[in-house]
Amino acid sequence: MDMVNVKVNGIPVSVPAGSTVLEAANAAGVDIPTLCYMKEINAIGACRMCVTEVTGARGLVAACVYPVAEGMEINTNSKKAYDARKRTLELILSNHRMECTTCARSHNCELQKLANEYGVKEVRFGDPGSLQPQIECSTAHLIRDNSKCVLCRRCMAVCNHLQSVAVIGASERGFATHIGSPFDRGLGEVGCISCGQCIAVCPTGALTEVDDTDKVWAALADPTKHVVVGTAPAVRAALGEEFGEKIGTNVEGKMVAALRRLGFDGVFDVNAGADLTIMEEANELVERVKNGGVLPMITSCSPGWVRFCEQYFPEFIPNLSTCKSPQQMFGAMMKSYYAKQAGIDPKDIFVVTAMPCTAKKYEIRRPDEASVDGLWDIDATITTRELAKMIRKAGIKFERLPDEKFDPAFGDFTGAGVIFGATGGVMEAALRTAVETLTGEELKKLDFTEVRGVAGIKEASYEVAGMTVKVAVASGMANAKELLERVKRGEATYHFIEIMGCPGGCVNGGGQPIQPGNVRNFVDLRAERAKALYAQDAAMPIRKSHESPLMKKVYAEYLGKPGSHLAHELLHTSYAKRSRYPGLEAEKA
Amino acid sequence: MPNTKTKVAFKGTPEQEAELKKFIAEIKHEKGATMPILQKAQEIYGYLPEEVQVIIAEETGIPLTEIYGIATFYAQFALNPKGETQISVCLGTACYVKGSGDVLQKVVDTIGCEAGSITSDGKFSIDATRCIGACGLAPVMTVNGEVYGRMTPAMVPEILKQYME
Repeated sequence: MDMVNVKVNGIPVSVPAGSTVLEAANAAGVDIPTLCYMKEINAIGACRMCVTEVTGARGLVAACVYPVAEGMEINTNSKKAYDARKRTLELILSNHRMECTTCARSHNCELQKLANEYGVKEVRFGDPGSLQPQIECSTAHLIRDNSKCVLCRRCMAVCNHLQSVAVIGASERGFATHIGSPFDRGLGEVGCISCGQCIAVCPTGALTEVDDTDKVWAALADPTKHVVVGTAPAVRAALGEEFGEKIGTNVEGKMVAALRRLGFDGVFDVNAGADLTIMEEANELVERVKNGGVLPMITSCSPGWVRFCEQYFPEFIPNLSTCKSPQQMFGAMMKSYYAKQAGIDPKDIFVVTAMPCTAKKYEIRRPDEASVDGLWDIDATITTRELAKMIRKAGIKFERLPDEKFDPAFGDFTGAGVIFGATGGVMEAALRTAVETLTGEELKKLDFTEVRGVAGIKEASYEVAGMTVKVAVASGMANAKELLERVKRGEATYHFIEIMGCPGGCVNGGGQPIQPGNVRNFVDLRAERAKALYAQDAAMPIRKSHESPLMKKVYAEYLGKPGSHLAHELLHTSYAKRSRYPGLEAEKA
Repeated sequence: MPNTKTKVAFKGTPEQEAELKKFIAEIKHEKGATMPILQKAQEIYGYLPEEVQVIIAEETGIPLTEIYGIATFYAQFALNPKGETQISVCLGTACYVKGSGDVLQKVVDTIGCEAGSITSDGKFSIDATRCIGACGLAPVMTVNGEVYGRMTPAMVPEILKQYME
């Protein structure tokens, strides 16, 4: 690789040719402020926060897009650059509704942080005090307030380039420019899949999740309710970030302790729901392979992906596994098996889940997700961020918590359940069970490393019981789209495909702790958080779902066998083709 | 300038749709085809309602969001059809300094729809235009091509009355 030698604030560094000034500065350990820049998907030089002095350029240059040249001297800290950035901040703030004390992103807002760092004390332009909220809240998961939008277009970039959903864009021009959906429809009217990736990259409080913590507090305060909680695998891999832990720290023990101190009557793990998903899904795969069912079978754990399929690739609906997601299986088991075991009327059980996901807020009210007496499987779901907020409000000193264990009734899980949170994890977990089922022999090697890692599309084939099983894994909807189109064109054939809605899987879900641009652009959150899960899996005594003592018990005492009538009633669901333009269709009808 | 979603029902014909689809099929693989497609669609339908933009999105594979972004960025594209009576108020510099903004506001108040849109019965549409070259008569309003010069807000109801019958 050709290298270029430059100096950043006098520090010599050597960077690959074609690097930007921003990348060179990072190599030298220097942070340049950015608001719009997102590595690979939004290098547009629009916000002007990264303007920097370099030799050979007449004025200040936008560091995020300006390429380095041999011998270049970069000065990120000149008075000229400081003054320009401060003026830019003032101009941005002149059209930003500042309600920092009550804003959901207070203390975690990139604009607020920069305004403080640059000493912006007053805004000389416009009349920001007169701005009114501009709220869009047509979905179960997201609130947009354009009065706080800085037009950085990060949300557009993730929606378009990573998710290929492209329901967020910029319309009109000049001062009227605003972020929204076609014809200023609500997101609920345009084919949004609720993945929440836009929320995770918003630098300000313009995009936030719908806050459901009040529902949970109300249930906890209600003495007639038996309130149980389940946590997704990916939550433990990221929750620590909210409390100052290093990215990729597994805080399972402390998380359990915190939930118990919040007052939940049962602290359970959706990992057990994941084991259950594997029992059902591996069985479904084996049945489809043996009986000439529709192949490739595609996983259905990710509600963002399921909705994407229903809207954009309805021809693949017969390929979707009929298994509910682990969350929904968990809820159904709480209101059936657990209710029976604990001797509690299902209608008095209030099931909460903590998820890395915003689409779960949509999923819990999908039709066909209420399996016991018409009661919803899940009563409320909160994101990792909302869980952190509850822990803080309750005054729990997270770092001082002891490590505790889940309640045994539904808290016993395997390594297979843990890795559900990362791209390739469901595939690997399913293979561990399906291969042993097909061959009837014990697996020698449990690590299916071919399907691990953050690559957008992964393929592998395995020799199992005299046949070649071909599998593929995709995460992020742009990758899923590419993979499915290959399958449609007949360029590739598979038996089993795992698809997760968010790039990298649930560890990088739209409900995970927000990391600012200057971290996201230089740290691979997907890989760091996934490491925590694979490390936990490797250290587990039982790593195959079908060997879980809880699963053995649940099937022996209650469900019978995978795919049984009762299992179908409780643990399987159905899908339907949905319009990409629901708003327009509704008006026509 | 608000270019709001139209309140008028879409009346496109299968012939119009076929013509548009044929044009798209011919041109869609060329680079920079979006603008000509939008221009052709506007030529066929007279404006670019949601139904037409959805056809373009489906036929080209370009997201509707992008089509809409382009259609609202350029002043040449209209999201509303023209009314039976088309009212335009010039907001060019000369007219504007002579008070055409107030004239436009009076028109909006009298007709009951925003500039850049159309009444739900399709009878009146209002446009705010750039300079029409009649600066000597500023401020200028035109109704169906008829030019009214040296306008004041007070004159608006009287003039529009004759078109309301």
